[in-house]
Amino acid sequence: MVLVLAIGDLHIPHRAPDLPAKFKSMLVPGKIQHIICTGNLCIKEVHDYLKSLCPSLHITRGEYDEDARYPETKTLTIGQFKLGLCHGHQVVPWGDLDSLAMLQRQLDVDILVSGHTHQFKAYKHEAGVVINPGSATGAYSSITYDVNPSFVLMDIDSLRVVVYVYELIDGEVKVDKIDFKKTATATTHSAH
Amino acid sequence: MMIPDGIEDEDKWLTAGIAGLQQNAFYMHRALDTNNLKDALKYSAQMLSELRTSRLSPHKYYELYMRAFDELRKLEMFFREETKRGCSTIELYELVQHAGNILPRLYLLCTVGSVYIKSKEAPAKDVLKDLVEMCRGIQHPVRGLFLRSYLSQVTKDKLPDIGSEYEGDADTVMDALEFVLQNFTEMNKLWVRMQHQGPAREKDKREKERNELRDLVGKNLHVLSQIEGVDLEMYRDTVLPRVLEQVVNCKDELAQYYLMDCIIQVFPDEYHLQTLEILLSACPQLQPAVDIKTMLSRLMERLSNYAASSAEVLPEFFHVEAFAKLSNAIGQVIEAQVDMPIVGAVTLYSSLLTFSLHVHPDRLDYVDQILGACVGKLSGKGKLEDSKATKQIVTLLSAPLEKYNDIETVLKLSNYPRFMEYLDDGTNKVMANVIIQSILKNKTCISTADKVEALFELIKGLIKDLDENLDDEFDEEDFNEEQSSVARLIQMLYNDDPEEMLKIICTVKKHILSGGTKRLPFTVPPLIFNSLKLVRNLQGQDESVSGDESSANPKKLFQLLNQTIEALSTVPASELALRLYLQCAEAANDSDLEPVAYEFFTQAYILYEEEISDSKAQVTAIHLIIGTLQRMHIFGVENRDTLTHKATGYSAKLLKKPDQCRAVYACSHLFWVEDHENNKDGERVLFCLKRALRIANAAQQMANATRGSSGSVMLFIEILNKYLYFFEKGNSHITLDSIQGLIELITTEMQSETVTPDPAADAFFASTLRYIQFQKDKGGAVAEKYEPIK
Repeated sequence: MVLVLAIGDLHIPHRAPDLPAKFKSMLVPGKIQHIICTGNLCIKEVHDYLKSLCPSLHITRGEYDEDARYPETKTLTIGQFKLGLCHGHQVVPWGDLDSLAMLQRQLDVDILVSGHTHQFKAYKHEAGVVINPGSATGAYSSITYDVNPSFVLMDIDSLRVVVYVYELIDGEVKVDKIDFKKTATATTHSAH
Repeated sequence: MMIPDGIEDEDKWLTAGIAGLQQNAFYMHRALDTNNLKDALKYSAQMLSELRTSRLSPHKYYELYMRAFDELRKLEMFFREETKRGCSTIELYELVQHAGNILPRLYLLCTVGSVYIKSKEAPAKDVLKDLVEMCRGIQHPVRGLFLRSYLSQVTKDKLPDIGSEYEGDADTVMDALEFVLQNFTEMNKLWVRMQHQGPAREKDKREKERNELRDLVGKNLHVLSQIEGVDLEMYRDTVLPRVLEQVVNCKDELAQYYLMDCIIQVFPDEYHLQTLEILLSACPQLQPAVDIKTMLSRLMERLSNYAASSAEVLPEFFHVEAFAKLSNAIGQVIEAQVDMPIVGAVTLYSSLLTFSLHVHPDRLDYVDQILGACVGKLSGKGKLEDSKATKQIVTLLSAPLEKYNDIETVLKLSNYPRFMEYLDDGTNKVMANVIIQSILKNKTCISTADKVEALFELIKGLIKDLDENLDDEFDEEDFNEEQSSVARLIQMLYNDDPEEMLKIICTVKKHILSGGTKRLPFTVPPLIFNSLKLVRNLQGQDESVSGDESSANPKKLFQLLNQTIEALSTVPASELALRLYLQCAEAANDSDLEPVAYEFFTQAYILYEEEISDSKAQVTAIHLIIGTLQRMHIFGVENRDTLTHKATGYSAKLLKKPDQCRAVYACSHLFWVEDHENNKDGERVLFCLKRALRIANAAQQMANATRGSSGSVMLFIEILNKYLYFFEKGNSHITLDSIQGLIELITTEMQSETVTPDPAADAFFASTLRYIQFQKDKGGAVAEKYEPIK
């Protein structure tokens, strides 16, 4: 059982002062094995904070990130899954699932995590899953109106991944979960 | 007088004294064992003669004294046995007075006196009175102090206190009090006398010795505090006035400071509260060199803690008007001590402020009063140089912030901003940061333009350069952190009401635009996004409703936004500005303001053409432009065509061929927008894709020419995927043949020997083929489309 935090588009301090208090109290060091971050932190302080939660931190570059050295895309293997990471402003049209699927094929990954739209999405297709963890601070987006703060926690266990999405709606944290199974050649979706 | 040898000699004398003492003690024990009273008295007197020495410092004398003390306990026990054996106490009392020298005589007398009192053969008060007067025979300070200390120690459990066995009709608490007070008074006199003995050049040595002895004097106050019968009334009417009388009259700086402090520490806070006036009235009568401010600070600290300990005691504070009294006392002290350094005055006010916050948290006027008095003391002095003073001022100013956790309360204090004028720039920044952190921590939302104005006044040390010559101490990391804090702060300035929010935005804009080029990249973005949020809130509001020029409407905001982003050109921060222009363009799009959106695009394009020359930056910028443009629905045909044409032009002119290729095929999406039917131009989509193909080919040829082998087929696979994308979306210009052709081209290339093997490309092609298969397996219309492929 490997816990992976998918988080991004915090836009601190340009669009938000800080993570919501309720999220901060949930994100405790030592519980998570990997953090994958879609980008747009934007400052070193946020990087340091995430690093303090978990030393295995993977970040791709968002267009407002202060540190220009983050890569455009990143891939990593966790358990039986290949994960791909990309901020998403490079994939036009923004938020278009078919275009994202193309990127997924290009990176040859089972799970593609990307952001930019600030809207949570978990989309499965025959070749895998596309996940957008949304904006952890609920930052303003030109693409999405009424952004609720959200992040995603993936529980990867050999051929199965459970995706938990945490959303802050009207001051309360709501959790939802989606199951994905991977077979040797293809993924199937099990309804829950 | 020998100085260096002096210490060695002292050790020698001490050793000799101890030896003498022990020897006589030995014989004394023998006498005790054989009930030989005469010998016991003889040897004990000899033993005590060692204490007649003048050669020892108090520290060393104490060692000798303690040994004598222990021996005298045994003697006392012997005396008690003797009285049981028939010797009357009075007889003993007389006998001991035959000792040759006065000091041993008095020690023995006190020892017998203890037995005497315990025997109750005489009233305690008579014995005590006798002893305390007899001790007057020793006027040598060190010897006298130790003697009286001995007297105090052996009698302290025998005082005629309320409920004690020694209380009688004649013996009362008052007698106990009299005794202790008299002993105290005499001891203080001896102690003070030490100051004036000996040559002037040994003053430091004397003061050191005096300090070693001070607890002997102070012990008396402790004894007083332990007397049960001393209630508040007695304390107020007898104890305190008598003690203060001695303290004031002795006119000795060392004694006054120590004893006042002793009084404060030893007696209960309750008493202090009720006798505040008496205590405070003594202060102006003390020697000018006495550190009254420390004393008062400690008193206020104690009282603050007392107030904090339980809510029930608070009414007492109000009743005795503690605040007024303390405030006056402080004012008087500061006025009287003209040379008091600033840090002293600030410390005093700081303690008073803490007191006020504990006891009268709701009285903001008290806080303001204290700040006003303190700032009054500072006026006319210009900016402070003393770092201790500035540190203390930061503590002073932080106290209300911490107590109220609410910047709005603090903003109501009229004297608060006046303080900042007296701080040097470094401290100004420190204070500004303290304020910002307080707001962020408490998540306080500041909701009116007036409060924002007041706040920015307070923190102006961080908003702009107060002093032109700052460059010497510039630390980039610190600066970045500071400015990030300011940026976060801007997020906390908010009001639901659009009119007020607009005012807030204007206020913030005014301040940050004078902040200098280093600050703008931090402060402009949050202001822009706050404004964009307001624009979004205003969307849907009918423009005709708010026809008034000054009211909040999107057009006005966009003007503001434009001006603000323009300021970034002074930095210059072109990449940031480009992003912000595009954000505004999207917002204008959503607000149905075509000219405004076009204007923003124009600005973005100008920046791209003129300012952004780094290849990597160009690639990102062009994707942002394409991504934004792709979402715009507001443009009419002409405007759209101009912007699209430019965008594809830029794409084709990127430096590296692969970048060109990718940007060009991204442009294909500009001609295919899902929302409106008329924006789907299949032909132009294909045109783009073909152009991308040509570029990919050119890239291959280049690789061939320069490296001898063709580069990877990755670009072709990407373009193939785009073909499939549009094919699926129903673009009739994308034919099955063209797709098939591409697939074959790629397959051939990959099998060719001249092509560099690329596992990533292989994987991509494989997954693409898998995708095609998936689509075929889906069934229905999709499968039909895909069936003919491969």
